[in-house]
Amino acid sequence: MSETLTKAAARNIFYGGTVFFFVVFGVLVADSVTDAIAIAKVNPITPSVAAGKRIWERHACFDCHTLFGEGARFAPELGNVWLRYGGDKDPDGARESLKQWIKNQPTRVEGRHQMPHFDLTEQQLDQIVDYLRWTSRVNTQNWPPHISG
Amino acid sequence: MKYESQGVAKLYFFGALTLFSAQLVFGLLGAILYVAPTSLPDFLPFSVVRMIHTNALVVWLLMGFFGATYYLIPEEAETELHSPGLAKLQFWLFFGAAGAAVVGYLFGYYDGRSYLEQPLYIKIGIVVVALMFLYNVSMTVLKGRKTVISNILLLGLWGIAVFFLFAFYVPSNTVLDKMFWWWVVHLWVEGVWELVLASILAFLMIKLTGVDREVVEKWLYVIVSLTLFTGILGTGHHYYWIGTPAYWQWIGSIFSALEVVPFFAIVIFAFSMVYKGGRRHPNKAALLWSLGCSVTAFFGAGVWGFLHTLAPVNYYTHGTQITAAHGHLAFYGAYAMINLAMFTYAMPQLLNRAPYNQTLNMISFWIITGGVAFMTAALTLAGVVQVHLQRVMGMAYMDVQAQLGMFYWLRLGGGLAVILGLVLYLVSLLAPGKASAPASASYVPAE
Repeated sequence: MSETLTKAAARNIFYGGTVFFFVVFGVLVADSVTDAIAIAKVNPITPSVAAGKRIWERHACFDCHTLFGEGARFAPELGNVWLRYGGDKDPDGARESLKQWIKNQPTRVEGRHQMPHFDLTEQQLDQIVDYLRWTSRVNTQNWPPHISG
Repeated sequence: MKYESQGVAKLYFFGALTLFSAQLVFGLLGAILYVAPTSLPDFLPFSVVRMIHTNALVVWLLMGFFGATYYLIPEEAETELHSPGLAKLQFWLFFGAAGAAVVGYLFGYYDGRSYLEQPLYIKIGIVVVALMFLYNVSMTVLKGRKTVISNILLLGLWGIAVFFLFAFYVPSNTVLDKMFWWWVVHLWVEGVWELVLASILAFLMIKLTGVDREVVEKWLYVIVSLTLFTGILGTGHHYYWIGTPAYWQWIGSIFSALEVVPFFAIVIFAFSMVYKGGRRHPNKAALLWSLGCSVTAFFGAGVWGFLHTLAPVNYYTHGTQITAAHGHLAFYGAYAMINLAMFTYAMPQLLNRAPYNQTLNMISFWIITGGVAFMTAALTLAGVVQVHLQRVMGMAYMDVQAQLGMFYWLRLGGGLAVILGLVLYLVSLLAPGKASAPASASYVPAE
């Protein structure tokens, strides 16, 4: 390594640069946090939505499904599943179909990925659907490219 | 072994290898569920199999880092560990917590987000373990010699603990939740973990090649600078499609594309140290793992990361098997291999043996690395097909999966090779070598 770069200089560049980049990152994240809080104004996080998110976590849905593309890739993307079920046109129909789908698992069809059976009450099923309706309204910069996820 | 207290590392290495074995077994089960989805009993759904696979991975890597730290810090600080007893207690707490978590997962006790499924009390236990560890190591460094290697290593380890605290922040706003989930996940593996990787590799390079410490330390500063200058703002590549503003597409694309640079620097560093260094260290297997780590990390983390990091590309590849391909090769190359290098280097000394079944160890290197490379290739091909069918043509997820069966079978084959390689690796480390193998008389520890 070049003699022009002393160890002391390398050390100062490292610590100074790290602080600089972390501050820049912090400022940008702060701006995005403001933005994310504003989302909740137009797309309110009701107690039911929050409860649905807890069910999502409690049953580790993300360990098979993706949500906004994050999670495991064993099962379909669910961030926009509300729209895929036509929730924007027929909310009651979409709600019933989604709840019925969850209740019918597992299908035990040979060769098809299986979803476990979760013992959820009607209210909990409504909460998970409320949560997925909420996620479908988040501005994800037009991702995914197709409604199929 | 120069210092008696380095011996606690042995416990950590055995614990890490146990969890590594568990990781591979559950990885195999997951791969089986992709090709034969109805073949496992109901208490082993894919979700549980995956969380054990990923959690075992993260915990064994951390356990390896802890052990590596306990091994190298006394030599760097030129003093015994502050408290070997505390280190042993910390191990059993950590290993116990990991065991409790795994058993709990099988009975449905999990809660949280991806990789952070541990129930709250386990997470609190992890913090206690981290505090015991940081106290012990920091006190050792404070009373002894302070080197660049130990400073960077400590910075990385403190960073791991600090960013883990974001695991406790779970807001009901999913956009915020995802943003700060990445403060654990990304700022770990594309941030502070790389500091740990670079300092362990620097330690190994000094020991194995005999290159002057001054040269290695300057390199270390350059590598970790490049890592954090690109990696911190590189977090932006996770903020493209999660409800965050569009400016992240520019910031994330530019800085994360540069994340390949520090990995390239690590390759140049490792090979030029070997080229410059005069020493022929008898532990050739450790050198093979160290060099292999730099190259595989460059491909897995660097090249395969770059492959899908630009926002216009990621728009199509996000959350497909391309991500899985990158994840496997990157974790293996950067973090599994540095640990396997350290075990290979330190175990003969911890077990008080002359370099041992080296040929077998090197064969296991090629089988494991070949297996992971093959899995990566299979998943990459699956990903390309998936991207085209699902993201370009708009086919439904399950219809696309039906087209990918062959690639998942190939991935399963790669996984079996990795398991075979692990068995050989374990035999090479743990079984006594041939008594006739002469200890090299020319072996002189560095410094």
